[in-house]
Amino acid sequence: MARPIQKLLVANRGEIAVRIIRAAHELGMQAIAAHSSADRDSLAVRLADDAVEIGPPHASKSYLDPEAVLRAARHTEADAVHPGYGFLSENADFAAGVERAGLVFVGPAPETIRIMGNKAEARETARRAGVPVVPGSDGPVPDLDAARAAAARIGYPVLVKASAGGGGRGIRVARDQAELDRELPVAQAEARAAFGDPGVYLERFVTRARHVEVQVLGDGERVVHLYERECSLQRRRQKILEEAPSPALTPAVREKLCASAVQLARAVRYRGAGTLEYLYDADRGDFLFIEMNTRIQVEHPITEMVTGVDLVRAMLRTAAGEPLALRQEDIAVRGVAMECRINAEDASRGFLPSPGTISELLLPGGPGVRIDSLAYAGYKIPPFYDSLVAKLVAWAEDRPAALARMGRALREMRIEGIATTLGLHRDLLRSRELVTAEYDTTTLERWVASRP
Amino acid sequence: MAQREIQSPLPGTFYRKPAPDRPPFVKEGDTVKVGDVIGLVEVMKMFNEVHADQAGKVVRFLAENEAAVEAGQPLLVVEG
Repeated sequence: MARPIQKLLVANRGEIAVRIIRAAHELGMQAIAAHSSADRDSLAVRLADDAVEIGPPHASKSYLDPEAVLRAARHTEADAVHPGYGFLSENADFAAGVERAGLVFVGPAPETIRIMGNKAEARETARRAGVPVVPGSDGPVPDLDAARAAAARIGYPVLVKASAGGGGRGIRVARDQAELDRELPVAQAEARAAFGDPGVYLERFVTRARHVEVQVLGDGERVVHLYERECSLQRRRQKILEEAPSPALTPAVREKLCASAVQLARAVRYRGAGTLEYLYDADRGDFLFIEMNTRIQVEHPITEMVTGVDLVRAMLRTAAGEPLALRQEDIAVRGVAMECRINAEDASRGFLPSPGTISELLLPGGPGVRIDSLAYAGYKIPPFYDSLVAKLVAWAEDRPAALARMGRALREMRIEGIATTLGLHRDLLRSRELVTAEYDTTTLERWVASRP
Repeated sequence: MAQREIQSPLPGTFYRKPAPDRPPFVKEGDTVKVGDVIGLVEVMKMFNEVHADQAGKVVRFLAENEAAVEAGQPLLVVEG
């Protein structure tokens, strides 16, 4: 049953709050920014129709506090809540709380979030749906003996991962049994401290892997895919530059990969926008499912650029109960898009965070360039949240043209007053690794280390 | 005896303990040496140790655990 959203509470901050407000406005909705006391001057608050303060700067007392967000939704008489990414976006109890309050949660059903949010259960669901998974421990390992047995079966090196983890957090590598003996208790303690759940599981560590992910959209009945993104260029498991489509896939592998993603999303009757992450072993042509993110992703704009589909609008529509307007045969990839994440970090000082006031801001424009950002000149970036300042996205008809356009846009862009990773991206755009597209998930860290 | 302040090197969230369920790094009445860890400042999700740049006995803390602090803001007073 379609139930139009009139007033949307945006329960997030930064560039994604801005992105959601824009989509809401395009659909004729009112957007309310729920914000902490540190974000009173944010761009999201300035662009929203109304704003409501939900707590002090620290996210645990504001953006991560389900009760504070629900109070804000009731107080402002919102009829829907968009959680963005991070914070409460993959908290099944929060999603259920929103629904219990009689509001629309812009995302999948709480039960879907719960299943896919537990990495071990997600793996099992994938396997039942016929999707290849990375060899692993088939669920949490209760103790060291079980971990040793599982690791022997999987083969070293193995990854020790928090069952409730995500975003690259709570992952450790063990190259042999001695390292496993040492890392397991540490990983369990870390998982308990970070996620409140000491459960960890093991997975084969594919050493020369590419990180490829498939975007899906569902309405609870039908699911379509919007092809893949290549996200291998990472530092400390944080993505730095993404591109779509992946330069590593053959058309045949692409079709199989995307079909498998649809199969899995269909198996959980997926609603909204979701992303299935895979490891891709280019030498063997194997793709292996890692996990599903049941939310919008940071790098969604490159998919929007190559497919012409507005993912955030589609999320809002399907959340309101509208059936998916897209058929699979309507979706095609045209050209190549790249995204550079410009962070407030000093690459010359070990990527030290650099909050502070933006004294001057010059954003690039022209054909094929898109900026999603929280920044404006004079804005003081608070120290309490992540360091993403802007996502610079460039689209062109083919990969060389996209590289040239991104290089041109990076040259135009200026952010003064804080340290940013703009210079790093300018160098990266000229690197042999990126130009030849011969990279895997370990390439960027090596490249960073070899930079003068 | 002279009283001096130890300041936060960075803006962010100040923590007096290494973890919520652990005792504080130092408490009032403790003696600190130059280089001792007196707390953590979380800035953009990164944790940075705050080291004492003066030695002495801790007289009082000026910033609470989990307080939002600015760079250069005094965190505690030492005497000695």
